[in-house]
Amino acid sequence: MVIEAEENRRDFLILATGAVGAAGTAAACWPFVRSWSPTADVLAQATTEVDVSAIAEGQMITVPWQGKPVFILHRNKEQIEMARQADSASLPDPAVDKDRVKNPEYLVLLALCTHLGCVPQPIGTGDFGGFLCPCHGSHYDTSGRIRQGPAPRNLEVPFYVFKDDSTVIIGKPV
Amino acid sequence: MSKLMEWVDARIPVSDMIKSQATEYPTPKNLNYWWNFGSLALFILIVMIVTGLFLAMHYKPDADTAFDIVEHIMRDVNYGWLLRYLHANGATFFFIVIYVHILRGMYYGSYRAPREILWWIGIIIFLMMMGTGFLGYVLPWGQMSYWGAAVITNLMTAIPLIGEDLVIWIWGGFSVGDATLNRFFVLHFLLPLVIFALVIVHMWALHAVHSNNPDGIDIVDEAKDTLPFHPYFTIKDLYGIGVLLIIYCWFVFFAPNAFLEPDNYIPANPMQTPAHIVPEWYFLPFYAILRSIDFLGAFSKLAGVIAMIGAICILFILPFLDRSPVRSFRYRPMSKSLFWIFVVNSIMLGWVGYNPADATTFGGALPLIILGRTGTAIYFGYFVMLWVITALKIEKPLPVPKSL
Repeated sequence: MVIEAEENRRDFLILATGAVGAAGTAAACWPFVRSWSPTADVLAQATTEVDVSAIAEGQMITVPWQGKPVFILHRNKEQIEMARQADSASLPDPAVDKDRVKNPEYLVLLALCTHLGCVPQPIGTGDFGGFLCPCHGSHYDTSGRIRQGPAPRNLEVPFYVFKDDSTVIIGKPV
Repeated sequence: MSKLMEWVDARIPVSDMIKSQATEYPTPKNLNYWWNFGSLALFILIVMIVTGLFLAMHYKPDADTAFDIVEHIMRDVNYGWLLRYLHANGATFFFIVIYVHILRGMYYGSYRAPREILWWIGIIIFLMMMGTGFLGYVLPWGQMSYWGAAVITNLMTAIPLIGEDLVIWIWGGFSVGDATLNRFFVLHFLLPLVIFALVIVHMWALHAVHSNNPDGIDIVDEAKDTLPFHPYFTIKDLYGIGVLLIIYCWFVFFAPNAFLEPDNYIPANPMQTPAHIVPEWYFLPFYAILRSIDFLGAFSKLAGVIAMIGAICILFILPFLDRSPVRSFRYRPMSKSLFWIFVVNSIMLGWVGYNPADATTFGGALPLIILGRTGTAIYFGYFVMLWVITALKIEKPLPVPKSL
């Protein structure tokens, strides 16, 4: 004999038990998922201090920051001029050169192609006077903006500050 | 001995199982040599698991020492060179065998009803194999290992909104590094065991519906159309394994680096990308498809990734795209032509994927990117055309035999 009230009661209990069980299992998964995120010691290596006074005009250096390469280019007049002239051009990812530098003489770029994370080749290798990514042929200009190729965005400008005229600190302290 | 077997069989019916599923398992009598590649795949899987297990007893997944450890295995460990070359070349032969196995299924219509689930399990195994192959290639921590890992994990940044955070989570840092190597090693160890379990499910599904055959017709009379698996197919499979071993061992002993990239003998350097990154050869056609989508501006990256994943996942709906009343392409002239175009085109795509993105051919007259785009269109065109000629009944199949 089926008692309808009993049936509904049982359905409710099964559903409620199932819901609590599913929520509990999901919550128990969280620590495991979270264990893959960067560890405290990785996060602690957040900043890099660089002396830029030794870089000759028109030349660049590559420094590691958080395990990633950062280009610091000491731009000469010509390179600054090229970057500014392109401000008005129709760009794939529009940006104005002065918004991409703190001091127009120093261009600081995260040297990872926004396509698939290869390191572009040094200044002067690409068309537009800038950087060429060898993996899939993206060309960046003297402001690190994408001009041609498959990369969707400009090279990222990391957070940095000038501690004094010749010292740059890349990254935000955690 | 028979007393002992009786005792065991009363508790767990081993003899019954062996008889019905192995020795006396009814197998279509007209199977050709293309049906050897399933057993070959199982054989190589076992070789890979055994060599991998013994390599893991010497390897340490530490970004500072991984490269040196691999050289230590090559130079200091007794027969370490043999274990590593068997494992590295084993991956190559595993993919050769699996590609033939998949194409066999596509040609003879082994994906058609009632074998859809069998086919799907196979595709899942193939996807996991690709994942395992990629993870394993990272472990020697050379330049190609590192930058291959960087490029492939960066594919995830194409996912809108969560991509950037997801890739940092996968890396366990802000770039591919020590944490990444460690977890990749663990996953490279785990996945083959999952694959092995899936292979058992694959064989379970196979034995439930039985093998397809070159004529693609159902078995009418088991007594006339089939042979017991043993000794007829055990001996045929063993012969195939012999042929495979000759070719495989020739590479292991005489050209062990033929399929490896010289750049991977340079230790990983996160500050410098090699001039030309190439994935392992078995990913090349899919890599070419990824690169061929470069004309959609900001959407190129996401579209490329979707095309690459779609190139494999489209196999899942193949059973529903093919509407022909006949399974085997032996009796389907148009499908047969499409199939061979598909095969040649896939090899061409592999060649495009092997070359730099901005390369040209015919003396600079033809940029490879054009070939890549055309090849991508033909690749997907195969599936569209197969549906068109079968759903609209454009193809007139030849008469099919009544029995095997």
